[in-house]
Amino acid sequence: MAALNPPSGGVGSGSAAQAHGDAHGNQPQFAGQIVLGQAEIRRALTRIGHEILERTDGAADVVLLGIPTRGVPLARRLAARLDETESIVVPVGSLDITMYRDDLRLRPARPLGHTEVPAAGIDDKIVVLVDDVLYSGRTIRAALDALSDIGRPRAVQLAVLVDRGHRELPIRPDYVGKNLPTSKREAVRVLLTETDGADSVTLVGAVAGDRTGGRSVRR
Amino acid sequence: MNRHLISAADLNRDEAIEILDTAEELAQVADRPIRKLPTLRGRTVVNLFYEDSTRTRISFEAAAKRLSADVINFSAKGSSVAKGESLKDTALTLQAMGADAVVIRHNASGAPHRLAGWVSGSVVNAGDGTHEHPTQALLDAFTIRRRLGRIDGLRVAIVGDILHSRVARSNVWLLTTLGAEVTLVAPPTLLPVAVGGWPCSVSYDFPAILPGSDVVMMLRVQHERMTDAYFPSVREYSRRYGLDSDRLALLPEHAIVMHPGPMNRGVEIAAEVADSARSTIVEQVANGVVVRMAVLYLLLGGSEGTR
Repeated sequence: MAALNPPSGGVGSGSAAQAHGDAHGNQPQFAGQIVLGQAEIRRALTRIGHEILERTDGAADVVLLGIPTRGVPLARRLAARLDETESIVVPVGSLDITMYRDDLRLRPARPLGHTEVPAAGIDDKIVVLVDDVLYSGRTIRAALDALSDIGRPRAVQLAVLVDRGHRELPIRPDYVGKNLPTSKREAVRVLLTETDGADSVTLVGAVAGDRTGGRSVRR
Repeated sequence: MNRHLISAADLNRDEAIEILDTAEELAQVADRPIRKLPTLRGRTVVNLFYEDSTRTRISFEAAAKRLSADVINFSAKGSSVAKGESLKDTALTLQAMGADAVVIRHNASGAPHRLAGWVSGSVVNAGDGTHEHPTQALLDAFTIRRRLGRIDGLRVAIVGDILHSRVARSNVWLLTTLGAEVTLVAPPTLLPVAVGGWPCSVSYDFPAILPGSDVVMMLRVQHERMTDAYFPSVREYSRRYGLDSDRLALLPEHAIVMHPGPMNRGVEIAAEVADSARSTIVEQVANGVVVRMAVLYLLLGGSEGTR
């Protein structure tokens, strides 16, 4: 799958990216290597859309549930892709997993994201969870718990834009935009137009303290 | 948020809005087949009630249980308190039992504040004397926001027994913090002496206030706290400060009528007003559970001692 996502022009020019490296800047740019640009993200989502159509019999009974924050716009984009390709309107929603996290006691209480389950519910549907980065797998474990309190889907699948490895639980994705080998000391920053004003996935080396706008190192 | 919730006056605008936004998300849990979240599993919430209360205690109990906390109910009647145990000794007992949060209602103003100095867990004030009842004000603010879409810039009239009302005091502080203009309407005998220092205006003319109000909050006449004659007769009070359907007609079309309960139908509010579509009284009870869930989550849901 990685072969489908050739590195964009800017990659490898670590020093060039470093020019944006002022950690105090408000620009949605991070020092590091751009792994996916706007076009690559678009292609990856188009491919995932096709894979969902193939593996779910034309996306019949599929419900897309995005995990806040950035899983939600990704789920909406996937739904739009299914509509464009096969004129199928798939219910889209969001699933906040904050109350189901296993690390709540390690940090101060955090604000809740928005949960919105499509009106038809998820009973007997094929739920495709959508998130930006798959890392330890703990977010997805929490999402599975959250799902079981809402209903009983026929099957649950997982779509992620980036799989960066280092799983801590027996969880695997069904659809992957890009497999990205990383070190645990690195961070993957995903920016999306809907939330951040631009589309990009950046691999940031030895992590700086800056967390504005980007995905934090651990979920 | 602070470690305790003792007074609505302690909340700044951002903290108050965080509670309301959290409650908004939690509200949909009530519509799900499984109305429970695992968030406070293994935590213990003690309801310590020195005064009779039905709805507040049940509301806190439901809120804690929906978050999977263990709930211990402790009421003063028939307990060691009836045998003469002091608040401090009760607090030390609860501390020894490992209470993560103590929800306290007490007839003495300031009791929750004292308690907070004796226990290591969070203290939530569920009404102390004539001082404050912050979660009631939060649920009122939540109800107003849900019905009218905002709080900022609204005109709110709080009518009735202000003197004995902790609900009025908490609401004055919270609603002002959230940008509303509050007017207290009451006979002069039922206003506290220090009301001049509160961030609100005062009126003695109920009908004149109605056409310019977005929210009318009726308070119960607290006969049990009245040791003097505050007004000549219940009938006269009701004539001057009660909300009947004629006065309801003076309100703007969109305005809502609130009451923290329990109501004295026919005294401060007429039955047909209490049951009208503009009354939010039943909603307030339902909203109370989600707002208290939000408070318990924000106090107990994270790591200790970091906020």
